[in-house]
Amino acid sequence: MVVWLAVLQALTLALLLAVVHRPLGDYLARLYLSQKDLRVERGFYRLIGVDPRSSQTWQSYLRSVLAFSLVGVLSLYALQRAQAILPYSLGLPAVPAGLSFNTAASFVTNTNWQSYSPEVTLGYSIQILGLAVQNFVSAAVGIAVAIALVRGFAAHRTGTIGNFWVDLTRGILRLLLPLSIVAAIVLMVGGVIQNFNGFTDLTTLSGGTQTIPGGPVASQEAIKELGTNGGGFFNANSSHPFENPSAWTSLFQVFLMLVIPFSLPRTFGAIVGDRRQGYAILGAMAAIFAVSLTLLTVFESSGSGTAPQAAGGAMEGKETRFGIAGSALYATASTLSSTGAVNSMHDSFTALGGMMPMLNMMLGEVAPGGVGSGLYGMLILAVITVFIAGLLVGRTPEYLGKKIGPREIKLASLYILVTPSLVLAGTALSFAIPAVRTDVEATSIANPGLHGLSEVLYAFTSASNNNGSAFAGLTADTPWFNAALGVAMLLGRFLPIVFVLALAGALAGQVPVPETSGTLPTNRPQFVGLLIGVTIIITALTYFPVLALGPLAEGLQ
Amino acid sequence: MTTLTDSTDVNGRSGPERKRTAKPGAIGSRQLVAALPGALSKLDPRRMWRNPVMFIVEVGAALTTVLAVAEPFLGGPARSGGAAVPPSFTAGIAAWLWLTVVFANLAESVAEGRGKAQADSLRQTRTSTSAHRVTGYDPAVHGGAEGQDLVTLSSADLRVGDTVVVVAGELIPGDGDIVWGIATIDESAITGESAPVVRESGGDRSAVTGGTRVLSDRIVVRITSNPGETFVDRMIALVEGASRQKTPNETALGILLAGLSIVFLVVTLTLNPIAGYSAAAVSVPVLVALLVCLIPTTIGALLSAIGIAGMDRLVQRNVLAMSGRAVEAAGDVTILLLDKTGTITYGNRQAREFSPLAGVVESELVRAGALSSLSDPTPEGKSIVDLAATTGFRHQGSLEGEIVPFTAQTRMSGIDLADGSSIRKGAGSAVLAWVQETSELDPAVSRELDDAVARISRVGGTPLVVAAADGHGARRILGVVYLKDIVKEGIAERFAELRAMGIRTIMVTGDNPLTAKTIAAEAGVDDFLAEATPEQKLALIRREQEGGNLVAMTGDGTNDAPALAQADVGVAMNTGTSAAKEAGNMVDLDSDPTKLIDIVRIGKQLLITRGALTTFSIANDLAKYFAIIPAMFAGVFPGLAVLNVMQLHSPASAIMSAIIFNAVIIIVLIPLALRGVAYRPLAASQILSRNLLVYGLGGVIAPFIGIKLVDLVVALAPGF
Repeated sequence: MVVWLAVLQALTLALLLAVVHRPLGDYLARLYLSQKDLRVERGFYRLIGVDPRSSQTWQSYLRSVLAFSLVGVLSLYALQRAQAILPYSLGLPAVPAGLSFNTAASFVTNTNWQSYSPEVTLGYSIQILGLAVQNFVSAAVGIAVAIALVRGFAAHRTGTIGNFWVDLTRGILRLLLPLSIVAAIVLMVGGVIQNFNGFTDLTTLSGGTQTIPGGPVASQEAIKELGTNGGGFFNANSSHPFENPSAWTSLFQVFLMLVIPFSLPRTFGAIVGDRRQGYAILGAMAAIFAVSLTLLTVFESSGSGTAPQAAGGAMEGKETRFGIAGSALYATASTLSSTGAVNSMHDSFTALGGMMPMLNMMLGEVAPGGVGSGLYGMLILAVITVFIAGLLVGRTPEYLGKKIGPREIKLASLYILVTPSLVLAGTALSFAIPAVRTDVEATSIANPGLHGLSEVLYAFTSASNNNGSAFAGLTADTPWFNAALGVAMLLGRFLPIVFVLALAGALAGQVPVPETSGTLPTNRPQFVGLLIGVTIIITALTYFPVLALGPLAEGLQ
Repeated sequence: MTTLTDSTDVNGRSGPERKRTAKPGAIGSRQLVAALPGALSKLDPRRMWRNPVMFIVEVGAALTTVLAVAEPFLGGPARSGGAAVPPSFTAGIAAWLWLTVVFANLAESVAEGRGKAQADSLRQTRTSTSAHRVTGYDPAVHGGAEGQDLVTLSSADLRVGDTVVVVAGELIPGDGDIVWGIATIDESAITGESAPVVRESGGDRSAVTGGTRVLSDRIVVRITSNPGETFVDRMIALVEGASRQKTPNETALGILLAGLSIVFLVVTLTLNPIAGYSAAAVSVPVLVALLVCLIPTTIGALLSAIGIAGMDRLVQRNVLAMSGRAVEAAGDVTILLLDKTGTITYGNRQAREFSPLAGVVESELVRAGALSSLSDPTPEGKSIVDLAATTGFRHQGSLEGEIVPFTAQTRMSGIDLADGSSIRKGAGSAVLAWVQETSELDPAVSRELDDAVARISRVGGTPLVVAAADGHGARRILGVVYLKDIVKEGIAERFAELRAMGIRTIMVTGDNPLTAKTIAAEAGVDDFLAEATPEQKLALIRREQEGGNLVAMTGDGTNDAPALAQADVGVAMNTGTSAAKEAGNMVDLDSDPTKLIDIVRIGKQLLITRGALTTFSIANDLAKYFAIIPAMFAGVFPGLAVLNVMQLHSPASAIMSAIIFNAVIIIVLIPLALRGVAYRPLAASQILSRNLLVYGLGGVIAPFIGIKLVDLVVALAPGF
């Protein structure tokens, strides 16, 4: 039964994506290459003093990204600290400094890790002016950086990689806004709430009182999935019936998470002038996704023990309306796409099943990854793959005609160094500093021992990879986790962006080498297989020792 | 020279294989022992630092050695991962780590050792000799400098611009160009080729090398390099690896390996704090073992040996690369510019037929052709005289007149006779222009000439147009000599191979487009440049480079120098001028233009070897994980034994076996690193499939078997 459900929904999803990715991918290519601006865009460019036709060097592009993001962090921090005086704040007080920093870092980096319980911490003005705005712009920044890298591959010794302000504006106005409006309407039809009712007090059947929060959920929900953000309106995220009422809305949300990341490879292929290059990237992403989904579904379906047997399956932490298949799909999509939304509690998965979302993130979020970040992450791995494979055929390695030399490899190596270092150092420091360890053991970890380690490891994996998914069970609103995870999110987002843009600049300055039969073909299944192999060996194997200390040890007991 | 069609004229003389060839890749135990002192001296951390991967291993070795010494005083080895450790474990790990480092250095030393032997034999030619310097010399005035005062001085005191006289039996004191005279010279000290070669002033064969011996005649040489900077000096530095700089690909690979090493360093350093919470801390020797097994030691150990051996393979083929960068660029070449004569066709074209124009008596054409060729030493010139002889032409007496030599610009040669008449022969367009300088050409003659030229060209022959001017300066065209060009056997197959490798060949020739097209089709080249001048050749290279191509070419003449310098791989012939040798980034001592194809192959092989061992090294990690991870925490998590797929004897033996395998595999792979991975000219995707299967899949499987075998032995050791 689970099997058929799982296959059916996977096929439905694959069909939807297969239909939509072509027009959307082509539309994105046209959108980012177009020389025409909308009237409202021209007004905006005049306002901020940008010439939309001028193309930036990578340094200039990077400065724009960083400056824009810094303003985002500061204003989001200020908004939270000022909540007491904001309208529509539902009477909630100012957010504490540590939590404000963590949340600001979280939403600007497209992580959307939530150390807090939204419905009792943030009022409508912050939800809308702060979080929703960042949901849009952080997603647009990610796509912009990916497009800049693709332009670097396509450039013919121009040395420039496009204009950040144009990319940002178009991404928001002509991609994310229209799609989220459509998505929000669909979600409302599916029963997601959209109101400004505040808290409603009810008397329950048993005579007790209950306070039920309302809010503009559907509009938030749309961009939460579409921009691979994942920050829920409610603490329970998409397992809450107001956010995700039914099995089909759940499937629709999965579709929203995946639709842009899975369309971007086609955009990539269109811009570099060889669609098959895009399909090779897409193939690697899809293959990893399929294997990961299968494994999680298998692990969860074969959960043994008294409770699963009594419940007819490992249903702890899962909503009955989604079941094992729906939960496994949602968890896989969410952790492989950098969304981090949940419709079930990963902490309650079987030990090996709980390892899968973590492993998904450890892959570096490239299958398909976050909006933009997934594509650039995969392209970095493709550069490494091309380097090794290129040597194997006896040529200086080249990808799409661009030589992969010392500079390119240095940047790619630095990129792959960042996340594992942040994850492992963060986890290790949590236990190595005596004062911190005492606090972590006493306050944060709900299940001491192997599972507790998994909770901490999961938190740092999620933050450093900008996923935002929580294992649950970990109390993260402590000074240590607010600060450490905040730093991990910022470094995990912007260091890779620095290296990606520098790589884009290095590539843009090159004259492409013409393709011959001596060139390593990067658009065939052979290369796709190799890319998958490198992804697994370079990223996932790094975590093998630490996984052995947590989920592996627990699962193999 | 009367070669009328080519800007260069190199007769494809492929000398016998070099005498000093060692069997590639084969290393004997004697070689290993000889390399041992060098390997030990490389243990100096200041030198190891340049190889980050092996430096990490050395630091680990030092650390475990200190622990092994201290342990007995601290109550035996610390428990690791909640399990006891055998007493000899730390010392064993330390010993094998040192061996790992020594094996890596040994690989480099063996590779260098081969170069050293070659350098020593070269050094013998560099012994100081005496030179006879002549001052105030002018070749036009003084000729052979017979009457001049000669100052005898040591060759070490010669400077650029000095002029010296060398006579038969003497060693040439330094690199230079012959400014007067012709001599046979024994260059076997440099080339290994025992047959003497002819060097003469003025042409493209004027360069002489210091340390070679003049066998006959007297020459005057202008010195072109200072002592210590000569060709032989540079050769010695190159084969010894003293001037070895890392190539771009080697640097890039080094960065990737360093990056991976840092990742694994982070993995190791963060392990104990984490293990301290959920399991039990791992002891330092085990941590070091984990780190060494994970970092790419195999390729790290062999990387520099691969580079040195690659240069060495070129030297064994008698090619000297001035930089490793050039060798690597050879692997990347996408366009080969090949001179037709000597490379694609045999150099000696034979005259087959005299075709006089209407109104010209055949004997007149025969006489003009023969007279203008009498003083022409090239095979073409000789064959014209021979053909003339078969028609009954005999030249009596001596020839009075001034010879007009062939140049790449005029593309014709001839003779101005004492009686005021002159003869020219050469490419149609050039001779036509010469005739038109003085007189209008009758359209009928022009048409007839075009027909004759086209007829010969269509069959791939070289039409040599002959014209004459009488004593009054009236010039007219006599006819055409048909020179037959013979395409080398098997050359078409070689070009097909190159095409499979993704390399386009362009034939460069001074021939007219029709001839060029026919020969190009017969030889199977992809494209041709006809009626080529050095400027056009340079322009062609620039154009291809603009399009992102990497161009390789050979050349020997001074007018090739700009193109040689512009090309990404410029192979100068050893017979060529010093200007050409200076401009190119490789010198072929055999002066064999087809060698270019071998050079490309060696360049590719170098890169493939690096890629293969990198892939192997990284693929090895999988098996090592399965050996070490379950062993590390076996004491706390017995459940992890499921991962012990190799069924290794005990945790200690598992870790020990992984470390031993890691060290031994270096020694096992040294021959491969020195010999290079086999390369067959196939399309890139086929090569990739094959190499992935061997080194990727092999790299995954081999350590599973290897570690298991080592473990069977280690299990016998007491305590394990």
